[in-house]
Amino acid sequence: MFAEVFFIAASLIAVFAALAMLISRSPVQSALWLILVMLCVAGLYVTLNAEFIAVVQVLVYAGAIMVLFLFVIMLLNLSVVPEIDRIDAKKGIGFVLFTVILAQMVYVTATTSESLSSAVVNTETGSALSIAEALFTHYVLPFEIIGILLLVATVGAVMLAKRTFE
Amino acid sequence: MGIPLTWYLTLSAVLFSIGVIGVLYRSNLIVILMSIELMLNAVNITLVAFAQFMGDVSGQILVFFVISVAAAEAAIGLAIVIAIFRNKLTVDVNDIKLFRH
Repeated sequence: MFAEVFFIAASLIAVFAALAMLISRSPVQSALWLILVMLCVAGLYVTLNAEFIAVVQVLVYAGAIMVLFLFVIMLLNLSVVPEIDRIDAKKGIGFVLFTVILAQMVYVTATTSESLSSAVVNTETGSALSIAEALFTHYVLPFEIIGILLLVATVGAVMLAKRTFE
Repeated sequence: MGIPLTWYLTLSAVLFSIGVIGVLYRSNLIVILMSIELMLNAVNITLVAFAQFMGDVSGQILVFFVISVAAAEAAIGLAIVIAIFRNKLTVDVNDIKLFRH
């Protein structure tokens, strides 16, 4: 019972914060709302018994990535420009796309609910132990490749930010 | 008993759609990057929910990799934003027309 109440509260806060991120004028406010979304998603991972992913979500997303975003926003010192609410073809297509994607995913979820409703959350596979066992045996090559990717991304980010284009 | 899987999938669909509309409606480059992060989060909810309901650890490994790639993508994207801001003094996508002459 507590899990259901927690899920509903966290998901409502997440959807509200996502909408607030969408409509807030200042990029700093958008970033702060997005941090709230990330924290709510971490809470949802806890309800799924995925503790390791929840901790990584808080550390990497809410900690590292969003601090990077806030750092860049404050570095650029952007003035808050009011966005003009003009309705053009791009926004019309965007709303149609939004409606179609949402309706399609909710329809697929609703029509397959009979085959999914019998499943229960597995409590064994969420711990750091089980993830580490799979990560360092079966998935050790992708793990190394991700390390190289992060190194290349860091070097590329420094190079892009330092370089001056004529 | 417990929260049904469909609740997670519906929440993920809603968050993903909000991310799509953010990419299409906002004109600030940084907010567009944040909307992409929101869409990645929505997909991660789906992956973790399916992985936990099926008792398979591979989905969570994939989420781990998605988070790593999202970190790399944010670093590169923000470096590109800084490089564009240096030249154009704006981060509005309507004012950035590098390929239009």
